Amino acid sequence: MRAGRRRALLLGAVPFATLVLALPFVNRLRPTVFGLPFLLFWILVWVALTPLALYLADRLDRRDRPPGGGEEP
Amino acid sequence: MTPALAIIVAVVLVAAFVGFWAGRRVPMNLENWTVGGRRFGLLLMWFLMAGEVYTTFTFLGASGWAYARGAPTYYILIYGTLAYTVSFFLLPELWRRGKRFGLHTQPDFFIQAFGSRALGVFVALVGVASILPYLQLQLAGLGLIVEVSSGGKVGSGVAIPAAFVLTCAFVFTSGLRGSAWVAVIKDVLMIAAVGIVGFGVPAVHYGGLGPMFKALAAKAPQHLVLPGSTSSLGVAWVMSTVLLTGAGFYMWPHMFASAFSARSAEVIRRNAVIMPFYQLPILLVLGVGFTAFLALPGLANGDMAFLSLVQKTYPAWFLGFVGAAGAVTAMVPASVLVLTASTLIAKNIFRAGFKPGASEATVLRISRAMVLVVMAAALVFALVFPNALVNLLLIGYDGVSQLFPAVVLSLVWKRTTKAGALAGVVTGIAVAAGLVFTKHDPVWGLNAGFVALAVNAAVTVAVSLLGKRKNAHA
Repeated sequence: MRAGRRRALLLGAVPFATLVLALPFVNRLRPTVFGLPFLLFWILVWVALTPLALYLADRLDRRDRPPGGGEEP
Repeated sequence: MTPALAIIVAVVLVAAFVGFWAGRRVPMNLENWTVGGRRFGLLLMWFLMAGEVYTTFTFLGASGWAYARGAPTYYILIYGTLAYTVSFFLLPELWRRGKRFGLHTQPDFFIQAFGSRALGVFVALVGVASILPYLQLQLAGLGLIVEVSSGGKVGSGVAIPAAFVLTCAFVFTSGLRGSAWVAVIKDVLMIAAVGIVGFGVPAVHYGGLGPMFKALAAKAPQHLVLPGSTSSLGVAWVMSTVLLTGAGFYMWPHMFASAFSARSAEVIRRNAVIMPFYQLPILLVLGVGFTAFLALPGLANGDMAFLSLVQKTYPAWFLGFVGAAGAVTAMVPASVLVLTASTLIAKNIFRAGFKPGASEATVLRISRAMVLVVMAAALVFALVFPNALVNLLLIGYDGVSQLFPAVVLSLVWKRTTKAGALAGVVTGIAVAAGLVFTKHDPVWGLNAGFVALAVNAAVTVAVSLLGKRKNAHA
């Protein structure tokens, strides 16, 4: 597997780590942030950050993709 | 005619007109009808996908869950985000195969990947069996929304046939392009409605979203952390449910096929990057449900929380606007579901089973005829036998999700066999149905569909390996 692809998959694992694996540790009401219960705040933060992770994944994946290889116009 | 009713009628008619207009001067062949000629750019793709994802469930179900169950409803924020992450990696591959082999449907993919027409027929049957109850659910939601928002002037017995016949008519003429353009209207209206209601309702009753949550945390703190006001939907349930539904999301035949309609793999990847932002407005929908929990306790049906609170807070004409947005919100997914079911029946069941030589022009003709058949069937189920498909609906998501291991393994593991795929899917559906119908969902705190998915993946791998070994000896 190309290095870019591997790094892209790692970034793709970010929402799974934060929004699935971390849930047992963030299932709490306090501290509240901007009035939101902590669990809800945590989920919203990582939902909002996932596009950033995927954007970076796209950049890394693109960088070492062989020219013309596997990508139709 | 009251102002509310006039708004609903006008918006539904405009939406249907745009659906017709979208198909003008497009020469209709199977490719244009089913996958929009594979020409959708980033913007139209985004509207279409968002249009398919945001169903009446977004209005009624998510707020209803927030009202009746509390924190377990957060799973809705999570699973979409996981699904888009999966789609970032998965859909470009599907698109490439679709482009190279001219695929139109999900069963087409299975036939190509495993070289088995029988597997294609089976997958098509699973698809149709999952779509019909889902379609009925959309129609029921549409009926409820129009009935309430018109102040009871238009019963669901009138609203459902009227809106659905218009929907099927633009599907018939314009195909997927019609759905995509109606989705533009729908997304704009729905975001406006959710924005106004989502910020407005907590502000009117509690002075804002933050103070509302503060009041809720003081009154019922357990409602805001897992398992909320339920006994069985705890952390393990949410974890297993988001993994199941995140995997199953693009296994719905209509979502799967939407990957084929993009102009390029690039469009799909960029679409996946921005889609999670579209999850954030759901917070506002949940906020409405939570506000209703405080302001309107004791509703018999939690799904009425959103509409009841709008009714209590806003003038009648605004309820009409929300109803109009809700009606179009049901029409877009309904249109794509009808289109997909018709194509599955015509191409992957009828042609594969009875007329292997039928041309694409013939398949298109049969698909369009099937629009009428599916429409009639859905109307009968929605109006006459509303409970007939309840069991299918219960396992709809569990069922389509069982296609995930076969799809992914076929792309990344060359040794996956068609026997492995078939055995896995059949076992998965059987396990899910067995657990759900014997009331063992959740089972050990986990979503039953997730347990079925794990068994399914293991069976797919095991049977594929065994099959290979036998071949090696032969």
